[in-house]
Amino acid sequence: MIDPQMFQLVCFYAFAAVTVVAALGVISLRNTVQAVLSLVLTFFSTACIWLLAEAEFLAIALIVVYVGAVMVLFLFVVMMLDINQERVREGFIKYLPVGIIVALVMLGEMLALIGVRAMHQAVMGADPAAAVGMSNTEWLGHALYTQFLLPFEIAALILTVGVVAAVVLTLRHRTGVRHQQASQQVRVKAASRIRVVKMAAEVPAAPQAEPGKETTP
Amino acid sequence: MPNFNDILILLPELYLVAAACLLLLLDAFMKAEQRPLLHWLSIAVLVVAIYLVVGGQPSQPVTAFSGMFVRDGVAEILKVFALLATALVFVYAKPYLVDRKLFVGEFYTLSIFAVIGIMLLVSAGSLVTVYLGLEQLTLSSYALVALNRDSRLSSEAAIKYFVLGALASGMLLYGMSMVYGATGTLDLARLHMAAAHTGMPHLLVFGLIFMIVGIAFKLGAAPFHMWIPDVYQGSPTAVTIFIGSAPKLAAFGMAYRLLASGLGDLSQHWQLMLACLAVLSLAIGNIVAIVQSNLKRLLAYSTISHMGYLLLGLVNAGPEGYAAALFYAISYALMGTAAFGVILALARVGFECEEIDDLKGLNQRSPWAAFLMMLVMFSLAGVPPLFGFFAKLLVLQAAIHAGFLWLAIVGAVFAIIGLYYYLRVVKVMYFDKPVEGTEVRLQGDASVRLVLSLNVLALLVLGFAWGPLFGWCQRVFVG
Repeated sequence: MIDPQMFQLVCFYAFAAVTVVAALGVISLRNTVQAVLSLVLTFFSTACIWLLAEAEFLAIALIVVYVGAVMVLFLFVVMMLDINQERVREGFIKYLPVGIIVALVMLGEMLALIGVRAMHQAVMGADPAAAVGMSNTEWLGHALYTQFLLPFEIAALILTVGVVAAVVLTLRHRTGVRHQQASQQVRVKAASRIRVVKMAAEVPAAPQAEPGKETTP
Repeated sequence: MPNFNDILILLPELYLVAAACLLLLLDAFMKAEQRPLLHWLSIAVLVVAIYLVVGGQPSQPVTAFSGMFVRDGVAEILKVFALLATALVFVYAKPYLVDRKLFVGEFYTLSIFAVIGIMLLVSAGSLVTVYLGLEQLTLSSYALVALNRDSRLSSEAAIKYFVLGALASGMLLYGMSMVYGATGTLDLARLHMAAAHTGMPHLLVFGLIFMIVGIAFKLGAAPFHMWIPDVYQGSPTAVTIFIGSAPKLAAFGMAYRLLASGLGDLSQHWQLMLACLAVLSLAIGNIVAIVQSNLKRLLAYSTISHMGYLLLGLVNAGPEGYAAALFYAISYALMGTAAFGVILALARVGFECEEIDDLKGLNQRSPWAAFLMMLVMFSLAGVPPLFGFFAKLLVLQAAIHAGFLWLAIVGAVFAIIGLYYYLRVVKVMYFDKPVEGTEVRLQGDASVRLVLSLNVLALLVLGFAWGPLFGWCQRVFVG
């Protein structure tokens, strides 16, 4: 029988090693797609370490937000940069081995986590959430809105700066560009679209004899 | 739990956030010809903020939001001068921005957001607030540097600043996580108590080293000074003047909070590290400045050397040294705004007044501008009756009292070396013949000239009457 404590420690070191190797891969691989895949593995392994420390919410948020949304978007952008249909199809096969390796390592990590969970071992170090009888998410929310309220609000302010900076650095007012103005389109009245013009009734001219007939006697 | 009292303590910051958001909205609904109104409104906002900081100052240091925010004398004096420097920047920047079609509301909003970052940083009571305040300040600065997006130099400077700044933030966070690991607390006051009897002193010192790297980067002390010359030269002068003034106060505030409030017990470790940084900054700043032909780059290297002098004060690691360093930071903020203010006032459409040669014969063209620039250069060099001299004298004295006589001698020697390049600017203005076909004179309206003259003359007046200001600096560190 394996000692649960020992197994947990082994898992921690394994996850940490995978994180470091994958992070090294991100900065040393020349191929961008492989680098992005390696970054996915880095995030995933970090999330595994957080799960070991029973920070479930952060781990899931990391997977959902970074791996699920940001990195997939990144991958799309990187693959779209070189829009050559044949090369894209070729690339699919080329990147398959790297993808399979990343997927297999992830599978191994998940199995290890399930193993730790099955042994039902207490976490490494003190868990403030368990001490007050709350779940991790509940405790995080509580801390965020009481003790860490000020940092939380400053973070919101930093995001505002990000938005202002993004607008000032990218928005260009072009002159002479035709825009659709929905409000004006809705407010339009029949009078401004159709102009009724009064004209004197036209009397159709009397049918003239065909020129051919007139000239021929 | 936060209560109403916490909000009162944070009133100046909350007011500035609300004002910045209002200015942002106002700008969006404003016509281009109404924009000068925004300029005066922004200055008024900063003046009111100074009033709120001074008026609401409690007699005893208080904390808010469970120790995250500290409002004490150090924070007050730093905030007052950061707000003042930013108001001066707004006054000097307007003609330059109008001439270069950069006169947008976001310049004012982003600068005010940066000042909010400075105020949060200098009032930080926890490692988290230090980091977030710093990010607030630097993110706004990156955007300001890139404001002139059609200029290649400006974009290059912004990218360099951004990448190196992110690296420094990473170092700082790494150090903070080490310190947290060794002590188990993020709160600076509790950190001070826990640092004395930690079970992992090596981890603590390891974290301290990384934190000092972060601080040195923000100060722009050698060998973490690489970004300074490029950013100073590349960004629009109206932004350079901001980066060269108020954030220096913030960097001092950050160093004080992290090193003195947080890890004061480790001073025997960080004293020598800061001394090394100081010697390198003095050497690189003063020697490399000699070969510069670009005025903005020259002032950038001069900044590096001035941060070396500021570190001389911090090396003392006692109230006397902190007061001297604070005094130095204030004097540098005033001299920096004045120096770049003169450059801004001389620049006009199609003429940046960036090269030292542009100042040739300035005395014949505009004697008053030449006189103002001479006073600033003498003050930066530390020539006796001016403000800069007493600031230098006090930091050297603080270093000697801490037993770092060799450091004070190094500082004095490099002050003499530095004298050369400041005097070269004066020589070019007074003894060189003006270049034919060029015209250099003070631009801008009466308000700019008046405020600039007052700012420069303040260097002269404070040179004689530096006592009250230094007294204020000393008082905030006592008790």
